[in-house]
Parts: sequence; structure tokens; C-alpha cells
Amino acid sequence: MTALPAAESVAPVATARQEGGSPPSRLHAENLRLGYGENVIVDGLDIDVLDNTVTAVIGPNGCGKSTLLRALGRLLNPQQGHVLLDGKRIDRMPTKEVARVIGVLPQTPQAPEGLTVADLVARGRHPHQTWYRQWSSDDESAVAEALRLTGMLEFAERTLDQLSGGQRQRAWISMALAQGTDLLLLDEPTTYLDLAHQVDVLDLVYRLHAEAGRTVVMVLHDLNLAARYADRLVAMRAGRIVAQGEPAEVLTEELLREVFELDARVVPDPVAGTPLVVPVGARNRSS
Amino acid sequence: MPGRPPLRVGPASWVLRARALAVPLVGLAVVVLLMAVNIGRGEFPLSVTDVLNVLVGGGDRPQRFIVLDLRLPRSLTGALVGAALGLSGALTQTITRNPLATPDITGITAGAGAAAVSVIVVGGSYGSLTGQLAEIGVPLAGLVGGLLSAILVYLLAWQRGVEGYRLVLVGLGAHALLSSLTYWLLTLGDVTDASRAVVWLTGSLNGRGWEHVTPVAIALAVLVPLTLLGAHALGALQMGDDTARGLGVRVNLTRALLLLAAVALAAVATAAAGPVAFVALATPQIAMRLSRTAQPPMIASAVLGAVLTVGSDLVARTAFGAVELPVGIITAVLGAPYLMYLLVRRYREVRA
Repeated sequence: MTALPAAESVAPVATARQEGGSPPSRLHAENLRLGYGENVIVDGLDIDVLDNTVTAVIGPNGCGKSTLLRALGRLLNPQQGHVLLDGKRIDRMPTKEVARVIGVLPQTPQAPEGLTVADLVARGRHPHQTWYRQWSSDDESAVAEALRLTGMLEFAERTLDQLSGGQRQRAWISMALAQGTDLLLLDEPTTYLDLAHQVDVLDLVYRLHAEAGRTVVMVLHDLNLAARYADRLVAMRAGRIVAQGEPAEVLTEELLREVFELDARVVPDPVAGTPLVVPVGARNRSS
Repeated sequence: MPGRPPLRVGPASWVLRARALAVPLVGLAVVVLLMAVNIGRGEFPLSVTDVLNVLVGGGDRPQRFIVLDLRLPRSLTGALVGAALGLSGALTQTITRNPLATPDITGITAGAGAAAVSVIVVGGSYGSLTGQLAEIGVPLAGLVGGLLSAILVYLLAWQRGVEGYRLVLVGLGAHALLSSLTYWLLTLGDVTDASRAVVWLTGSLNGRGWEHVTPVAIALAVLVPLTLLGAHALGALQMGDDTARGLGVRVNLTRALLLLAAVALAAVATAAAGPVAFVALATPQIAMRLSRTAQPPMIASAVLGAVLTVGSDLVARTAFGAVELPVGIITAVLGAPYLMYLLVRRYREVRA
């Protein structure tokens, strides 16, 4: 929202970062154009994912937030521009090497029916394995730790079809955790969950960040939960970033009108003090 | 970790799954036994112990001639063809995450069939392919036809990557098209060529010699180790492209290579014995249920493919008195109800 510091526009980006001109960021993207064939969804986008923060990407349906997340996790190659990890182009790094730094949880992940939770979570260790080293003691302790963090240890031997939606989501998050990456990209980790389970999952995400110092980027639909659990919000509309910064800075009544075309009041959350969005809606407007 | 006991030797480590280990071992013993019984049956019957005795180097001269020169190649071709088909089916089912996506459903064996029949019919009536040339020509045409139809199906199903369901639908279309092409070819040839072609088309082990064993054995010796190297990535591939990429798998490359291996296995098997139906479809699923794994196990699928094919050949040769049926009839009779079961079950799943 503020003008770029003068240092960045003169010196090369990487050196400016190391000299402490801007907050540290291992993962960033420059001048991204993303889309599928003729259909361009994101154009001319720059983003720095700040280290040791939880960033929530918000925006209306079809604004390109999932597309951006897929590009950051090299699931989608940019038509133009680059995603850089530690200063190196992510599409030129060996994909297995990237997988040891960035973990991605897609929006609707799939797994075979009969797979057990332990087997699912163990697949998160794939980037650390070879054909002859498939279940080392490192693998075993990483899987056990991931299951413990999500409270899924007792369900280790259940198959996925025996779990509730919330448990299944926790199993998937355990898989991403077992991957042991510093960065986690989560695409709508709370989809299909009731409110209590949404809060559970986000509490877990926040704990991972607070206790293990992981950097998390997640796409979220619920603005109030995003404001509560994220250190930074990135608001997108029509493939561009409209605003980014702390939730209190970003989540304003003007922004909601501009980005979501939503008439709403923003009041302090009575529990957390973060912005709370209260939509007006047609029913209450005239009265 | 409960459910995942480790097997660790030096730097190597695996999950120790007792059932997944036992199924191929028991299966292997059953194959050897079925082969011994199959070899023993015939105009000069031999006991199982006589056959096994010859196989380990004993027996008298006539016994050795009957077993090693006359009957072993047939059973061995059956076992190897079944193993190749089982492994091929396990690969394609895992890659596409669809139990219907096997070479015999998706046009690969149909392509091999059309190519082989065109050689039999055209070569037969013009007399250009006879004797030795026809012996090599038919399997070679089958191999080329299978590979070509697989490439065609893959390209037609390609749309920014290949998705399992599209592959099955395009494959079913290709299968129908190539089958009608085959029947049209049959009407062109004269009666003897056509009947020779029909026997080949049902899948037969009759008259198979060492020259049929060798190509399948070489293909398996090369492709089985390669497949096992790739099998580790299969676990990740089975969870969808995005998750697999996130886990550091080069999705399109790995999938293309493994599919190529599967097609080569199916085409070589078809070239040796004709399109033996349903082995590739049924055995991976049976192996998966016996091993209690979440995806078709590679080695167990290969071994059970051999069990099913040799077992079916034994039934085809001996259960109907003097009449010897082609092995493909028996596998089809066993496999067709299973295909119907799969279709009905999938339909219910979609409806639910």
C-alpha cells in the first residue's frame, strides 16, 4: 500500500533484501502472468511471502487466489514472470528439492479409498525417500510427530473412509507436516468443515507457525477467521493484489466495497480485537 | 508406528507388510504347481513329481524331450504372458486411478489384434508373408499395432495432461473402432486365413515354443526392475497431479514412462499369445484385495496374472474332454462377470 523504498528501486532486489532494506522473504514472485492457455487469470502480479508469518489470501470467487497459490507452489508454470525461492527460479530447481522446502495442500486432494491415515501421512515423506529407502527412522519419527501435532495418532490405523470430514482434513494437514517443510501453502484448508472444525484447523495452523516457526500461506474464504489467524492479509480482485498488510490495515469498509462489492460494517472483534466484518444486506438496508 | 512395522538393513528401509510379501510367494508356488500339472497332462501323461524331477535336471530322455521341448514352452509362455498382463494392468490402473483402465479395455490389445489380423489376412491372400516370415510377422505386427494405438489414445486423451477418466473413455472408443476394423478385415480374407486369425484373436497358447518364450522373458527382465524403481512414485501419483507435484514427483514424465512400460508389456504379451482377455483387468484388483493394500501391488499382480493364465490354460486343455479350447475363452468366461460387477459398482458409486 505504501511506495517502494528507494533502496529497492536502485539496488538489485536480492542484495536489498540481504541488507535488511525489506523484511526477509524466501519466497517471492515477480511480474507473474498466470492462466490456462488463452484464459489469463492473473497478470503483472508481484508478491513477497514474508518469513515466519501466516498470510491469508482473500478475494471474491475467481479472483485468482488459488491460481496464485498453485504458482507459488510450482503446480502451475507462469506464462510470464518468475517465482523465486531463495533467489533461485523455482521452475529451474529440481522439483524434489523444492518439495523439501515448500509443502502444498491442494483444495480437494484425492486418495485411494482403502488408504490408512499412517500410510497417507507417510506419503508426505516422499521427497526425502528413494526407491530403497522408503521408511527410515527419520521418516517414522516425522510421521509420528505430524500425527501427534494434529491429534491424529490414535487414528493412525483407520482408513480414510472411516473418518469424519474434520479428521480427514487433519490427516491431510498431517501429510503436509510430515513433509517437514519451512513453507506451507494451504488452499482453503477449512472447506467442507463446520465452524468448530474450521476453528480447530486454524488453531492448528497457528500453532505450527508459533511453535515451529513455519511460514504459512493460505487461501481463506471466511474474512473474520482470516483476520483472526493471519499476520498478513493479501486482498485480490480480478487477478491483481488490491491491498496487503496487517488485517486491521487491509480489512476496511472501503476495501470490502471495492474488492467484494459488499456493503458491510467493520467493527472490532469482541474476542480478539481484530476486524469483524458484518454485512449489511438488502433486508436491513432500507429500514 | 502401528500398521507400519519397519524393515531396515543398513541405509535401506521399507515397510514390512506380511500379507503383501506372502501373496506373491504363495502365488509363485501355485504357478509352479499348476505348470507341473499342465505339463503332465496330454497324450503321454506324466506325474507332477516326474515333471518336477525333469525341471530340476533329472528324468529319462523321452521324459526330458516331452517336458522341455514340447510342453514347457507352452506353460512358460502362459506364465510370462499372464505376468506381463497382470503387471501392465496394475500399472495402468494405478496411474489412472481407475480399475477399468487396462490394456484390454482401452484399445491397446485391440490395436495389436487389428494389426496382427491385417498381416494374417493380407499376407495370407497375397502369399507375401509365409513360413518363417509369418511366424515373426504376426507377433511383430501385434507389437507395433499395440504401441501405435496406445500412442493414439494417449494423444487424443491429452488436454494439458492426461486424466484417468478421459483415457478410459477415449480408450473404449478406440477399442470399438479397432474391433470393427478387425471384423471388416476378417471378411476380406479367405476362409482359412480368417479362421486362423480368429484363433489368434481369442488368445491361444497352442503350439507355443521357445521362440515365443524369449521375447516375453526379455521384456519382463528389462521392464520389471524399471517398473519397481518407478513404483515408489506411483504411491504419490495416485493422489492426484497437484499433490504428487507438491511431493516432488515429475508427474507427466513419470506417468508417460510408466505408461510406456505398461503398453510395452501388454503389446509383447499380446504378440506372443494373442489378446488373452481380462487378465490385466482382474488380477491387479484380486492381488490388491488379497494383499490388503490400497493400490494394486506390482509383483503380486504379475504373479497372480501367471496363476490365472496357467490355471485357465489347464482348464481349457483338460476340462472339456477331447476338445481343447483357447485359453482366452476361459479367462473371458471368468473375467466378463467381473467386468460387469465393476461397472455396476462404479455406477452405484456415482449415483450415491
